[in-house]
Amino acid sequence: MTAVLSVRDLGMTFGSIVAARDITLDVPGRQTVGIIGANGAGKTTFINMITGHLRPTSGTIRFEDRDITGRPSRAITRLGVSRSFQVAQIFPSLTVFENICTAAAVAARHGRGGSILARFDRPDTHADAAATMELFGIARYRGARAATLPQGVRKLLDIAMAVAGSPRLLLLDEPTSGVSIEEKFAVMETVMSALRSRQLTVLFVEHDMEIVARFADRVLAFYDGTVIADGVPTQALEDPRVQSLISGAAGGRSHA
Amino acid sequence: MPPWLVSLATIAFANALVVLGLLILWRTGLVPFGQALFYAIGAYVVALIGRFTPVRDVFLVVLAGAACAGVVAYLIGFLLARYREIFFAMLSLAMSMTLYGVLVKTEALGSTDGFHVEAGTFFGARPQGQALNLAMFWLVLGFCAVSALGVTLFFGTVAGRLAAPARDNEIRLEFLGVSVDRLIHLELVIAGTLAGVGGALAALVVAHVDPSMAYWTTSGGFVFVTILAGAGSVAGAFVGSFVFELVRSVAVDVLPDTWQMTLGIALLLTILFLPEGLSSLFRRLRRAPEAKA
Repeated sequence: MTAVLSVRDLGMTFGSIVAARDITLDVPGRQTVGIIGANGAGKTTFINMITGHLRPTSGTIRFEDRDITGRPSRAITRLGVSRSFQVAQIFPSLTVFENICTAAAVAARHGRGGSILARFDRPDTHADAAATMELFGIARYRGARAATLPQGVRKLLDIAMAVAGSPRLLLLDEPTSGVSIEEKFAVMETVMSALRSRQLTVLFVEHDMEIVARFADRVLAFYDGTVIADGVPTQALEDPRVQSLISGAAGGRSHA
Repeated sequence: MPPWLVSLATIAFANALVVLGLLILWRTGLVPFGQALFYAIGAYVVALIGRFTPVRDVFLVVLAGAACAGVVAYLIGFLLARYREIFFAMLSLAMSMTLYGVLVKTEALGSTDGFHVEAGTFFGARPQGQALNLAMFWLVLGFCAVSALGVTLFFGTVAGRLAAPARDNEIRLEFLGVSVDRLIHLELVIAGTLAGVGGALAALVVAHVDPSMAYWTTSGGFVFVTILAGAGSVAGAFVGSFVFELVRSVAVDVLPDTWQMTLGIALLLTILFLPEGLSSLFRRLRRAPEAKA
């Protein structure tokens, strides 16, 4: 079986600063991968390179056997790679329903030979949007302006918009950051059960080791711009280098 | 209708087409301070056709003016669509002032005086006097009706509804797969073409063109009416433009020395009491009876 995402010798430098180096890995379909690492370890840089937000200085990225290295983000999005952000990227002046409708209408334009001059309000996009809101448990906020939403709902809305385009690869940059500790598991549970029904390949960045252990099939541990451990959670999280360099600091906080 | 009202409505509605284009850009958060560029192009194309060719048909010359303005908007759109906010406004201003400078320096086109525009024919007929004024009125109304319908339809499309999202958050739109630059480029072409139609009609109505049609105060006037109208509705552009012309001609009549101040006060009051423009007034009036019921 071919990999959905295939990365070879990926590197990124900003002047003399090395943000990523020698990243080589394959992600098979329907795997859920947790990405861990201290601040500045290169996790977000890695996601930014895959989604076209940053152009890697070396190496190649292939998505479903297609070279996407350095292509613009909207072209990569159209191929079926979607993402959410550490700070939720939503449309604050629109209602939750309008936010998701926008994502659904744009997605409909890309598929089925749609045009940017097609009608915005169509029964099928409205139905798609309503279903997506149900899936992420945010249907009761339907008419609320996005600017007024609590942090956890904003994150869910951001992820719901990323999923509205029916991507095959989804990258979540810290889906639970900014969400209170009590809500974290509930938010993650909602996201993961919503995603499971879509049978997506998911990469998510997370600081909380308990969440990673619970939801990931596989863990990538980043340190100093590269992957220092790669394996099933039990194995990767027990790795002595991971213990001393990553979970030693972050894990202590989550067990406190 | 009294003749003065026909003339006033004709020029007001011709100018309303420019405002209609500005509404499209304004919904995306863009305010071009140089929309007179396309207005002047539409006008000068009509005037030049009258001077150098035997073509007089009003539909043909107006469409030619619109097409030229649209093509220029498409070409400069490659540069302009990459800018936002004040940079967009200033670059658009610079471009219109460049045309102004060229027109002022071109003696063959009458420099600052401009030149006369030949009267048009309507399906071969050449109306004179008040009949011409009425024919022009209906011509302008016809172009307005078609444009208003077109823009209303555009507001219902995916591109039309991406205006608020583009103003809110470009990053999210890009990561949904939309090029905001290309969206703005499309809006520029539509707005430029509408301004070209407005300018072409204005040239026929006034029977004269001069470089002040490209001057920044002309652009400023259109922005003024856009604020007066509000971004809420297509009808607002026409009502706003009509009210603007009415207030201006009354002010010029009654207070010939201080009419600009009167206009300024009118705008100030609008911004203070109707921050969403005249079109919000209709919405309030429509809502008021419901609230009572």
